[in-house]
Formats: sequence, structure tokens, C-alpha cells
Amino acid sequence: MIRSNKSVRRIVALAGVAALSLTAACGSSDDGDKSSSGGKSDLCGKNIAFLGALTGDAGALGQNMVNGIELALKEYNDKNADCKINLKKFDSQGSPDTAPGLATQIVNDDSIFGLVGPGFSGESLATGKTFFEAGLPSISPSATNVTITQQGWSTWHRVIGNDDAQGKADAKYLTTTAGAKKVFVIDDGQDYSKGLAGTVKTALGSALADSDQISVGQTDMSAAVTKVKASGADAVFYGGYYTEAGLLAKALRQGGFKGTFMSGDGSEDPNFVKVAGAAAAEGAVLSAPAGPAPSGFGATGLYATQAYDATNIFLAAVKDGKSSAKDINDFIGSFTGDGVSGPVAFDDKGDIKESKIYAYFVKGGKLDVDNPTAME
Amino acid sequence: MDFGALFGSFDNFASFTMGGLVFGAIYALIALGYTMVYGVLQLINFAHSEVFMYGTFAVAWTFVLLHGTGDANWSLGKALPILLVALVAAMLASAAIALVLERVAYRPLINKNAPKLIALISAIGASFALSEAMGLRDRFAKWLGVDDNLANYVSPKKARDVYTNPVTIEPHKLFEVGGYNVTDVDLVIVLAALVMMFALDQFVRRTRFGRGIRAVAQDPESAALMGVNSTRVVQVTFLIGGLMAGVAATLYMMKIGATRQSAGFLLGVKAFTAAVMGGIGNLRGALLGGLVLGVMESWGAAIWGNEWRDVVAFILLVLILLVRPSGLLGEALGKARA
Repeated sequence: MIRSNKSVRRIVALAGVAALSLTAACGSSDDGDKSSSGGKSDLCGKNIAFLGALTGDAGALGQNMVNGIELALKEYNDKNADCKINLKKFDSQGSPDTAPGLATQIVNDDSIFGLVGPGFSGESLATGKTFFEAGLPSISPSATNVTITQQGWSTWHRVIGNDDAQGKADAKYLTTTAGAKKVFVIDDGQDYSKGLAGTVKTALGSALADSDQISVGQTDMSAAVTKVKASGADAVFYGGYYTEAGLLAKALRQGGFKGTFMSGDGSEDPNFVKVAGAAAAEGAVLSAPAGPAPSGFGATGLYATQAYDATNIFLAAVKDGKSSAKDINDFIGSFTGDGVSGPVAFDDKGDIKESKIYAYFVKGGKLDVDNPTAME
Repeated sequence: MDFGALFGSFDNFASFTMGGLVFGAIYALIALGYTMVYGVLQLINFAHSEVFMYGTFAVAWTFVLLHGTGDANWSLGKALPILLVALVAAMLASAAIALVLERVAYRPLINKNAPKLIALISAIGASFALSEAMGLRDRFAKWLGVDDNLANYVSPKKARDVYTNPVTIEPHKLFEVGGYNVTDVDLVIVLAALVMMFALDQFVRRTRFGRGIRAVAQDPESAALMGVNSTRVVQVTFLIGGLMAGVAATLYMMKIGATRQSAGFLLGVKAFTAAVMGGIGNLRGALLGGLVLGVMESWGAAIWGNEWRDVVAFILLVLILLVRPSGLLGEALGKARA
């Protein structure tokens, strides 16, 4: 029973449509051309919202996403000067405590017709119900926790593969390709990290040596290193983000650990190598449910390509003349296209249909972002 | 609970202890800043963590300036010349921030005889302001039109992201204590902390200025009547705290090599805890508190798992304060005898 019953969803969606069309009616009554074909959309001059961390510890990741969104909007607005779409940013600091208040602000703001976000899994779980009940369509560039799309929130989508597929692929890679016999799993305790590390642990089965949890912002990894060494593990998997991943990889190598170091998409960023140092990062494997950004892509950083793609889906809806929340949501649901992060289409839960997991390698002191290997 | 992890073998025990000592030494150096200011003003300078954070950036910037942005892997010996320049830069940067703090956030309040609580709030505000200013340095640079020239320093659009020292200092194993590789970097950190602590202790106990600091700590009014320039003493106290934070920042960057605008927060909380644990206002207490806290955290992580390290540290703090309300050594700065 994953999907909630249909009639409730329809009523809620209708309520959302009613709310939106009230405001849309005022705008369109003057010019009269109600978006038949090629006409101006009712959404011109309105906003896409971004909800995610812009300040605080994870602010850098949200900034990456905003870079992607702004690039997509700039490209669109340059071509469509008569129908500009703007961005309203809501800074949750990545916190599931802050996000719900902002979600209320967003659903009460009539100028917002779509949401790129929420950025993280924790805040997604905390706000999904609000957005669903208000009927606001959303596309997250980065929230990968498996349970989010199991809640029956029909307005919620993501353009990134979930942790389930990635965790299984990671475990398989470690035990078969890397040939590890005993794997030590560490995470940073956040929803995303625990989800991914948990899947890896389950998939590893008897190959799991032991596990530990560090905290975000922790810099002293010596205790974790001692535990890894004491467990006799020949590979380490870390679920979390690049700063701690880099510090952990560095401390492990300096502590004399010689095995494979692997982490997930949260660590797939050139900063991982910078933090760990080229020597310690060498040979590390970082998986991500996204292919490399095309060369010359104008926004850098983890999740920038996904945010760019998510924004473009909304913009395609605007171009297509959609105006009601329900129409936009249906448009997203049936959208198929090729984004910069890969092919984009959604299943009926809002998960991206096709998501290949890639393994990226640190080679020659650099994260080789152009030549990943597709994983099973 | 897994006492086996800690006590299962001497190797592990020594390893957890050594790892804790190295970080404890860094806590201790930062704790000095809290303890000095508290000793003199009975004020907790919560912005001291940012004084430290600016020092870490000064170290990384020095390396970018003198080496460039190309990634490199150097031994401690090879990095030493730049590291010494970075040390001076970090001490100057941290000291400058500490002095600005004193001038902007405290002196106006002290001059107006504001209650200590007001100064505490001012400290917390200053902490946020300093941290966010670092996180917004790319915008400031843009307003000034220098963001292109200084791109390597201000990291446009990525100012909040982690900022790394391009040169990774590769530690070399000197000897092994029960499975823990004691490296040259670890040794320098612990020794530098001990030396700085000893020098500062002697400064406060033996010099004329140190006597002034102790006098103001004991009784500001009487000290003023005896001709001690108390404003100057407060300034010097902040200055010393800043210099020590600069040293801590350099050692931290040697070991960790990466910083960010929020890097000071957690370390600041830990260092403050260390200062309270050792007896706030007491220099030797700061050293003891730092080392004890570092080791206890590491042991706690060993027994209950890393996610419990902070819980263990703070329970320990509560227990110590229950038995010795004024901390382990408990003697205030003013009562230190020459």
C-alpha cells in the first residue's frame, strides 16, 4: 500500500487548482489569450521556489543547486524576455526543523507555481505533506532517501536515483569488483547518510565487519580509524558528505589503512580530493546516480546538473502553456526528456525511472569526473 | 557497549589515547583564549571560536599566496618555511580579530558598566557576524570589484564551502606506541601546545605585564588605583588569546588541512568545555582540561561509538563540576602566585 487512495488525492489536487486558478484568473482576464498555443502563459512573471540549505554547514550544497537553477532561468529568460520566470529562495539551512515553516510560506505565496527542492532527505520528509496537501508540484535535485516516495505524495518528484539502488550497487562493487572480504561502514547520522549506509550494510550481509557513526562537523577521526584497523577490514564505505569523507580518507591513510575507500554521491565532489589531499584520496571510489556533466556546462558543483534539469522541467511546463498546479503536476508526471544529468522521466511514485549508478574514481590526484564506470 | 574495543588490547588503548591527546592539545590552546578573558573580565568571549577560524583561513591563504593553488603533498620539513610564515600570519590575523572584538563588541559595554550578561549576548552576536562575514566574503569582494583578482582567496559562489590548504602536509611516522603511528605532525602539535602554555604561564607569573593582568583579575578598581591601565590590560589579554588561537589554527591546519566559515563552532564549544573542566580562569587548568577532554572523547568513542563522544564528554564535565564546582584545578587567574 504505497499510494494513498485516489479520490483524496484528486480532491486535494482540485483544491490546489482552485486556489491557483483564482489568482490566475485575475492575470488572464485582461489580455484574454488563455495559453492556447504559443500564447503567453499565465505563469509569466511568476516564481519558482527553491527550498534548501543556503547558509549553515551544508550551505555550499544548496548554493550549487541555486547555481544550476539560476543558469536554467537565465538561459530561459534570455530567450523569453516577454515571459520571465524568477526564483524565490528559501533558506532552510538543511534543517528538518526550519523547513516546515518555510514550506507554509511557500504554499501561501500565490506567485510560486513550482518548487525545486527540498534539498535534503530530512527536510523533504518534514515538508512533503504540506506541499502535497497544497498541491504544489516539486522536483528535488538531491533528496535520495528511499522512504520519501513511499509516502504517496503525488506532487513530489526527484531527478536523482534513490539510495536503494545506489547502496546495493555499492555493496556489490565492494565485494566483487574491489574484492573486499570485510567492509567497515561509517555514516554521519543524517537521514540521507543513514539510509545509504543502511542499504549498504544490508546488502553486504556477512561481509560487514563493523560499523560506526561520526557527526557532521567532526574533524578528529582518530577513534574511527583505530576501530577500522582493529576490525581488520579491507574496505571502508562512508555514507555522508565530502568534507567528512575527505577527512576520514585522509586520517585512514595516515593511520596506515591500505584498503579501498568508497563513498556515495554526497562525496562525489572535487572538494573530496582537496580535503583528503591527493595522496590519501588516490584510488578512492565514489558512486553517484548521475552521469558526468556535459563539457562546458556553466554551473559547477554537486547537484548543480540535477537542479538545472529540475528547473527546465518547470520551464517546459510554462512553455507548454500549463498554468494550473494540477496541469503542471501532470506535465511533470508524463515528462520525458534528456537532461544534462541523464534521461529524465518519472514513475508513478515520483522517482526517476532510469537512473544509472556510476562509479567515479580518484586518479592521478584528481576526481575523474569525465570517465565514470557504469555500475551494476 | 563495547569495552573490548578500548581495553581489548594495549594497542587499541594506546591508539585511542594518543589520538585524543593530539586533539586535546589543540582544544587546550583555544581554551586559553576563553580562560584568559574570563580570568580578567569574568566574561565568556563566545566569539573566540571565530578568532580561531580566521586564523585557519590565514594559514590556508598564506599557502595559496606563497605556493599557489596546485595540489601538493609535502613533508613537514619541506613545508616548514611557508608554515612559519603562515604561523605569523595566523597569529596576526587572530590577534587582529580579537582586538577588533574587544574594541567593538566589549569596550563600549564595559565603559557603560553594562551587566556581564549583556556582554555575553554581544559576544554571541559577534560570533555569528564574524562567521557569516567569512561565509559572505565572495559578496564583499564583489562589491569592492576585486572578486576576480582574489578568486583563489574568496572562492566566488563557494565561500561557504570547505576551503583547503593546497599543500597537504604528509606526516611521517616517527615511532609507534601500541599500534598508533606517532607522526612528526602529532609530536609538533603536542610539543607546541606545551611550549606555548609554559611560555604564557611564565609571562603571566613573572613579567610586569603579567602582574598587571593578575592585578586586574583580582580587583579591577584597586588595580586602577595602583596605576594599572586596565583598558590596556584587557587589550593585552584579548591580544594574547588571539595569538594563542593563531597558533592553534596553524597546528589544526597542519593536521586537518581544511577549514570553513563554521569550523570554529564545534571546536569553540569543546575548548570552552575544556576551559571549564580545568577551572575557568586558570591557565594550567586549560591545558589539563583540553587534554582530559580530548582523551575522554576518544575513549567514549571507543566504548560507545563515535556518535556518543560528545555525550561522554559532557557527562564527564557535569560529573567533574559536581565534585569540584570550580573545575579540576579550580584556581582563578588572579590568585596565581609568582
